[in-house]
Amino acid sequence: MTFIIDALSWVFLMLGCFLGISGAVGIFQFKEFYSRVHAASVTDTLCVFFIMAGLVLQSGFTLVTVKLVLAVALLWFTSPVASHALIHAAYLTGLKPKLTTTRKEAAKRGQS
Amino acid sequence: MSNINLLIDIVLLTMLVFTTVAIIRLRSLFAIVMLSGVYSLLSANIFVILDAVDVAFTEAAVGAGISTVLMLATIGITGYEQKKRRNHNWIAPLTVVLITGAVLVYGTLDMPAFTNPNDPIHLHVAPRYINDSPTEIGIPNMVTSVLASYRGYDTMGEVIVVFAALIGVLSLLGIREKSSAPLHAEPPARPILQVMAKFMIPYIILFSLYVQFHGDFGPGGGFQAGVIFSVAIILYTLTFSQQDAMALVPPRVLKRFAAIGVLIYGGTGVVSMFKGGNFLDYNVLVDDPLHGQHYGILIIEFGVGLTVACVMMLIFFAFISRGDKNP
Amino acid sequence: MFTVTCLAILVVMGIALARAFTGPTVYDRILAVNMFGTKTVLFMAAYGFLTERPEFLDIALVYALINFVGVIAVLKFVERYPPPSAHSDE
Repeated sequence: MTFIIDALSWVFLMLGCFLGISGAVGIFQFKEFYSRVHAASVTDTLCVFFIMAGLVLQSGFTLVTVKLVLAVALLWFTSPVASHALIHAAYLTGLKPKLTTTRKEAAKRGQS
Repeated sequence: MSNINLLIDIVLLTMLVFTTVAIIRLRSLFAIVMLSGVYSLLSANIFVILDAVDVAFTEAAVGAGISTVLMLATIGITGYEQKKRRNHNWIAPLTVVLITGAVLVYGTLDMPAFTNPNDPIHLHVAPRYINDSPTEIGIPNMVTSVLASYRGYDTMGEVIVVFAALIGVLSLLGIREKSSAPLHAEPPARPILQVMAKFMIPYIILFSLYVQFHGDFGPGGGFQAGVIFSVAIILYTLTFSQQDAMALVPPRVLKRFAAIGVLIYGGTGVVSMFKGGNFLDYNVLVDDPLHGQHYGILIIEFGVGLTVACVMMLIFFAFISRGDKNP
Repeated sequence: MFTVTCLAILVVMGIALARAFTGPTVYDRILAVNMFGTKTVLFMAAYGFLTERPEFLDIALVYALINFVGVIAVLKFVERYPPPSAHSDE
């Protein structure tokens, strides 16, 4: 039984780390602000869930589990609102998204 | 086990050095304020690794929350850019810095090694606190027992310093109630933020009360609880408007409560003098000395929390009511 | 297993810091600092499990609350005093 719990917790923690690192790579590599917000929001929500789920499995039915679940619930409620507020502020003060590729860039990429 | 601690220490301190270099080199004041918030966060992490949990608590709450908000209110008045630095000679300052640094390092060579158990500072007062605190005071969190009971006089000085900072800010800035039409049009109401704020504020206040009264058993205490309580009111001010917040907690009430908090602290000391003990000697408050210590710590932590909460809220109101003077 | 988690979270924090240093616009820096805050929460939780002392979770909870309020404060500020040019702030 403990082997199953340990294995499951390993899987959750590794998934969480993978999602976190992919979000970090995204925030560094994307060329545009709105795409970076999307990459960062991955780490704020799903990465937090998987890492905390892995830690909850390790600690069983104690007060520590309640605090971890509370932290996940708080972050799930507040991170999307913070991302929304950020995009709202950026759009209203003039930072517009780059929606279509220009002809120069399409030619650079080799398309017609 | 200690290898991984060393690695984490090195990584965090390296990030701290990079952040400091960036703070010095950047010229945009807004970026500098954000990076100083990051600096406080890194410091809080380092304190957690050094096992100083109460300090990490206070650093996270004050440094990364309140300080960033207050500095932003300041650069709303001063502007976004730092003045261009004139090109001047860099050899003389570099020489002064190197010589001072070398002298300081030479001075530390005489100090005993870090965490050596035979250091003088570990041999005089610390063993008495560690050995006698469970029997004399009886609360699990030894930091609170040292802060509130063994060194209660120093903590009273800290509370009075916080109160003096409030007096300084109020006499220099003052809180301007908005009487006529404001210079800036109020931004339109944002329903998403307001719903989320209405949901979060009761939990933040509840959490601050938990931190206040749980300070005997875990990390916490009066200072942290006061800061968290003021963060709840700051959230209300930000998502609704300044008039709503000042109608909810009027500044004249807050000023009186800040003074009452300091009086509660000093008053406990005077009451214990009337009962026959020294100033701030909690043993004489009730019949049983152990219970006297518990009551004393509870009362003074409440005084500390009250003063710190009111002071933070008043300083925030003073800073943001100032920013409207500039278009 | 907690070792790997802690190191991965430190890597993410480092990359977010790099974005906070270089980000061309003001909003990139705000985004990076917000992400840094939530990673701090995760790091404190994972480090507590690494050293077998999960009493540090109170700090993680406090920081989850304060990070939100800090980001809202910064955004209110930027809305009221927009940076001189919205596309870069140097």
